[in-house]
Amino acid sequence: MEIINIDHVLERGVKMSDQKKKNLSPVQQKYQKFASDREVKRPVLKNCLKAFLVGGLICTLGQGVQTFYYTFFDFTEKSAGDPAVATMIFFSVILTGFGVYDRFAQFAGAGTAVPVTGFANSVASAAIEHRTEGYVLGVGGNMFKLAGSVIVFGTVAAFIIALIKTILIQWGGL
Amino acid sequence: MLAGHRTWEFENQPVVSSTGTVGGPFEAKGRIPNDFDTLHDDLWVGQESYEKAEKVMFEEACMKSIEKAGLTKEDIQLILAGNLVNQITPTSFAARSFPVPYFGLFGACSTSMEGMALAAYIVNTGGFKYVLTGSSSHNSSIEKQFRYPTEYGAQKPPTAQWTATAAGTALVTDTGVGPRVTSATLGRVIDMGLSDPYNMGGAMAPAAVDTIEAHFRDRQIDPSYYDLIVTGDLGKIGQTIAYDLLTDHGMNITKDQFRDCGLIIYREDQPVLSGASGSGCSAAVTYGHLFNRMKEGEFNRILVVATGALLSPLSYQQKESIPCIAHAVSFENN
Repeated sequence: MEIINIDHVLERGVKMSDQKKKNLSPVQQKYQKFASDREVKRPVLKNCLKAFLVGGLICTLGQGVQTFYYTFFDFTEKSAGDPAVATMIFFSVILTGFGVYDRFAQFAGAGTAVPVTGFANSVASAAIEHRTEGYVLGVGGNMFKLAGSVIVFGTVAAFIIALIKTILIQWGGL
Repeated sequence: MLAGHRTWEFENQPVVSSTGTVGGPFEAKGRIPNDFDTLHDDLWVGQESYEKAEKVMFEEACMKSIEKAGLTKEDIQLILAGNLVNQITPTSFAARSFPVPYFGLFGACSTSMEGMALAAYIVNTGGFKYVLTGSSSHNSSIEKQFRYPTEYGAQKPPTAQWTATAAGTALVTDTGVGPRVTSATLGRVIDMGLSDPYNMGGAMAPAAVDTIEAHFRDRQIDPSYYDLIVTGDLGKIGQTIAYDLLTDHGMNITKDQFRDCGLIIYREDQPVLSGASGSGCSAAVTYGHLFNRMKEGEFNRILVVATGALLSPLSYQQKESIPCIAHAVSFENN
């Protein structure tokens, strides 16, 4: 490792910004290798397992809520989905407000992020965070800071998929 | 005065005659609660925003330094300080309540030693007699700006660091009792091409190594001269990298002698992943914990190397790598 001889890294830095290229100098490459050998990696397998278990648990809970609605109230199995989702969102927002959802999330990762509760958490946390900047520019303007891109690309994806489906039905004779 | 290429040796040896440190609730549960002058059990510090809370904490740290030195606000001749919030508003807003000249600094987490180096230089050359310097950070105001909303459930990798809620100030004077500021080595911007904002330690380690090596080269001394060489804040991973790099380069440095502010402030069982960070961390740990140990005589000569990652949320989203800097200041007992 040679870091003392930093001058040609600096030169390289100038060139990098000129060309806007991510070409790394040999010194930089050598350092990155050196550093990544000492980095603690994300425990991917363990995280996947935890995400599977917690995510599954949240979905089971959601299913329980849905069953509850069509067993005890005037809902069909299909129409009970809406109030069940609303209930899960409500729980998530409450837990976010009490400041505990993010602690579960550090443990569960994708397990708490992927279900609808994660979406609710992203909206509620941004709304809480920007309360200090007022209701209009703060809460209103920032509420969808994280969820906005999910909505945008979710809609775009839905549009494209619907288009493909229509084409296949119309001309594919499905 | 100038030693080597980028080290100032202060022949008049300015004194850190008093310090002030303020911490938040999470720091109160940490490893060094007794080294804080004031600890708050409310993250909001009774304010309506985290930015205001940080401002109040910095004001309190300033007042502590001034009171402990037996001075008043009016006696201070210059304030040199900064923090991590956009346009360093908490520091500038705090400076509003001091009727004295002020320079706002930005060196990310290296601000503490950037300020100390400049303060010592000014006092050493007789520019001013009483210069107050310091830095602050607030976990929630920084998370909000650099990462996600505090309550958002994003899983952080093991390389991530926890921004400390702390403020530390030091009063540098030409005479008095306290640790002497003997030299300062100024850092240069080093970019090793790393771009992961959740691995600042890895990005900053080369800057720390560069400045440490320059310091010993310029002063022509051996690392054994110091009882302690403290970085702030590389965290577990960055500190290991820096240590291995230094030994790789043949520097005669021991593990006991090489510490990190980001690993001193919290206990092992606190969920801070790789360790602490934030411009208030190195300021509070140095001016609180380390100076107290110097007063007790546990250490007599220390070198503090504050490291800063000079990125912004925008630069990270635009896929820029993270330029880093480190400034070193040495403190010695008489």
